[in-house]
Amino acid sequence: MSGHIQNLAPPFARKALAAELSRGVDQAVVRNVSRRDFLKAGGVLVVGVSLYAGGAAGTVARAATSGDSGQSDPWTPDVYVTVEADGTVRIISHRCEMGQGIKTSLPAVVADEMEADWERVVVEQATGDKKYGDQSTGGSLSVITFYQRMREAGASVRAMFEQAGAQHWEADVADCRAENHRVVHGPSGKSADFAELVHIASALSVPAADQLKLKTPEQYRYIGKELRGVDLEDIVQGKAVYGADVRLPGMKYAAIARPPVVLGKVKSFNADKAKAVAGVERVVELPAAQAPVAYKSLGGVAVIANNSWAALKARDLLEIEWDNGTNADYNSEAFKEELLNAVRQPGEAVRDEGDFDAAAADADKVLEAEYYAPHLNHMMMEPPVATASVTAEGCEIWAPTQDPQSLIPMAAEVTGLPPEKIRVNMTLCGGAFGRKGKGDYVDEAVRLSKEVGAPVRVQWSREDEVRHGYYHTVSAQHLAAALDDKGQVTGWRHRLAYPTIFSIFNPEATSPQTLELGLGALTLPYAIDSIRLEKGGVPAKVRIGWLRSVCAIFQSFGINVFTDEIARARGKDPLENLLELLGPDRTIDLTSFGMENKEGHPFETGRLRGVIELAAEKGGWGRELPAGHGLGIAAQYSFDSYAASVVEVAVSEDGRWSVPRVVMTVDCGQVVNLDRAVAQQEGAAIMGLGFVRHGRITAKDGRIEQGNFNNARVMRYGEHPKTEVHFVQNHLAPSGIGEPGVPPFAPALANAIFAATGKRFRELPIGSKV
Amino acid sequence: MIELKINGESRQFDGDGDMPLLWFLRDELALTGTKYGCGKGLCGSCTVHLNGQAVRSCVITMSAVSGSEVTTIEGLDAEGRHPLQIAWAKHDVPQCGYCQAGQIMQAASLLATNPKPDGEAISDAMRGVICRCGTYQRIESAIKSVAGGEA
Ligand code: FES
Ligand code: FES
Repeated sequence: MSGHIQNLAPPFARKALAAELSRGVDQAVVRNVSRRDFLKAGGVLVVGVSLYAGGAAGTVARAATSGDSGQSDPWTPDVYVTVEADGTVRIISHRCEMGQGIKTSLPAVVADEMEADWERVVVEQATGDKKYGDQSTGGSLSVITFYQRMREAGASVRAMFEQAGAQHWEADVADCRAENHRVVHGPSGKSADFAELVHIASALSVPAADQLKLKTPEQYRYIGKELRGVDLEDIVQGKAVYGADVRLPGMKYAAIARPPVVLGKVKSFNADKAKAVAGVERVVELPAAQAPVAYKSLGGVAVIANNSWAALKARDLLEIEWDNGTNADYNSEAFKEELLNAVRQPGEAVRDEGDFDAAAADADKVLEAEYYAPHLNHMMMEPPVATASVTAEGCEIWAPTQDPQSLIPMAAEVTGLPPEKIRVNMTLCGGAFGRKGKGDYVDEAVRLSKEVGAPVRVQWSREDEVRHGYYHTVSAQHLAAALDDKGQVTGWRHRLAYPTIFSIFNPEATSPQTLELGLGALTLPYAIDSIRLEKGGVPAKVRIGWLRSVCAIFQSFGINVFTDEIARARGKDPLENLLELLGPDRTIDLTSFGMENKEGHPFETGRLRGVIELAAEKGGWGRELPAGHGLGIAAQYSFDSYAASVVEVAVSEDGRWSVPRVVMTVDCGQVVNLDRAVAQQEGAAIMGLGFVRHGRITAKDGRIEQGNFNNARVMRYGEHPKTEVHFVQNHLAPSGIGEPGVPPFAPALANAIFAATGKRFRELPIGSKV
Repeated sequence: MIELKINGESRQFDGDGDMPLLWFLRDELALTGTKYGCGKGLCGSCTVHLNGQAVRSCVITMSAVSGSEVTTIEGLDAEGRHPLQIAWAKHDVPQCGYCQAGQIMQAASLLATNPKPDGEAISDAMRGVICRCGTYQRIESAIKSVAGGEA
């Protein structure tokens, strides 16, 4: 194992892997001072302004506070903040903006703590650079990881301005307070703008972290409020810059025919027809991928042209004979049987409390059910695209990427350049959902630019992405519950099998890992005496990747639908049954499942109860419904947050169903940006609904059978429910909001369909008719 | 030689007449507000106005637009202050934003022909423009706020 692997690991897996790997990881990517000169020469369109550019900036130079061994290099929070001579505050957004609003939310935390006027804040997107700390944006981790650090960055700048004011007026600092970009001297009523104090503040030393006075919640100016996205105006005017909007002088356009089966190879090809297309300049064969596939390019044949259209058109005219390799035996139908077989027999127990077998032997009734969920594709609107410019002096990349730092070792390996000669510019992501954490498309651009000696933009078509993606895994689950003669649930057994994400790093990995099981299955919060979780083993035959909410999607589906089945078997109201299974409020020790108890984020079943009760109340649980309507409820703890859904379904006489209304409740601690947090839940409802109605990717002979939005369908306008979002109001440590809303939706909907029709759906997708 | 007007300006093209308008806009004119999402007329990200009508620029060839007037998101309003753009900002519609030019162009052509569309007319018009982030509820509010005259 190496640092490379660590860089490639899923964001949510980083920490655990880091712990294992910390000794062997090379963390020393040292910034080279000559780099900026090289960068200037690069014909840059998307300019990443260096914050170290000097001048009158009053930057905060604070020592490293990172306490995670092996997780990240030492960093100083000042890299996020610059104050210019005119008082303009520049705040760096170092995470990836993909629609979740992080480019607004984290800078707003800094601005709030430093009492900056948001109108005078300029947010800048960082490049990929270790000096910013972890930039791998996924696992709903941005706020959880950086909230406190952003507050400290802001609070130290505020403290320094207050100190500067005291010096300026020769006053006691206790009488000086920062307020909306000014420092006010209380006793005299005098005040000065940050701009007037920058030169004094910049000469001061940085307060130690334990000297900082962070704001109290009632002092928040932006935190918890509704802030518009920093790119909003650019977006509605068509000016925002996404991956394919980067143009470089002399840039070539590339489209690639990739092996239709993962790890397939080009046997031979004829490019005569492709080369005859006007605008085509070259045809280049890329080296075939080898296991582990990780984030490497898949190989294939690339067409290089002077415009996108010529490249795409000529690519389709390539005549290629493929050697499909060993994954050509992958057939989704047969694999479904393999998965079901795996869960119909005992697996490896990964959680085992009490004695399920004894409970089942003593039971009055043992309830059993099987669930199946297919592969999914991210289907973000912007397909993968990347531009690279490789010269003898350096390599510069422009890409929508969730993991810019992972691209540095990748490009270094391809180009032979040292890491400090590689610059990664992050454009906005036109959606990502996990897909853009894997830089195979960037690898392609770097290889091709190196090969042709010019900047190259690689454009994936929609079909390319549907057929060559990293797929959400395919899963089977078998659930069993023991009910005694009083109708009490005395035992719960959950068997599951699915190809693991870790197979892309280690082809030998065949069974789900703790990080995957921890998304709902290991963390089953029910107060049942005997609980057993067993996992089976199956190989991966396509590239498996994390997709928004990851394994929580199907694990929550199995658990919450089965919970509803238990309610029916007990003759209980599903809400009452759910709360009863949840049991008394308690803290669950995650280390007992081999997971980690994060500081500030204990797993509290009372908070799960809270979102369930809130959803039931707001969703009008138990109310009279029109004929053909039904209500379903489900709840899930994932990504350190608590979410519940109450879904109302309307089924017409011909079986067509729609969702007129959904209530989504979330407890994520302190909400940072309420407007974006609500938007994430609205989007989660649509995505969850799409999984239930349409979501399915299948393989035949190793090839993906779908290609575009006609057969890999997603939700359209008019199918959207009226979505109401409610957050539990508290000031606890904030946790993720991008993913937790998705998991409860699908089971709540399936439970609602049962309530409306008496039909139980245990397999996704359900389709448009029931 | 194909001649056409784009956002009021005369433009010429002498390449492959089969090239979809989308790529002429993006690659040749650097009008990158119009997005590629599917290339098959299935997603609406590439929606522009052709003689006032919303069309998918990824499936309309350059030969077919010869002599036409095309409006892209960049030309929808000189100041970027079309009532729908204002409403979109007010309702903070975009998430990733990638689909939003197509959404706005589609909605603008709807309102140009039907200033007070009912829910069904809005659905009929907007169904063709996919938003994977799931901003439909806010798109609905934004369109209705303009159609209701209160933008
Ligand atoms: S890109 Fe034109 S409709 Fe999808
Ligand atoms: S806002 Fe992301 S696809 Fe619509």
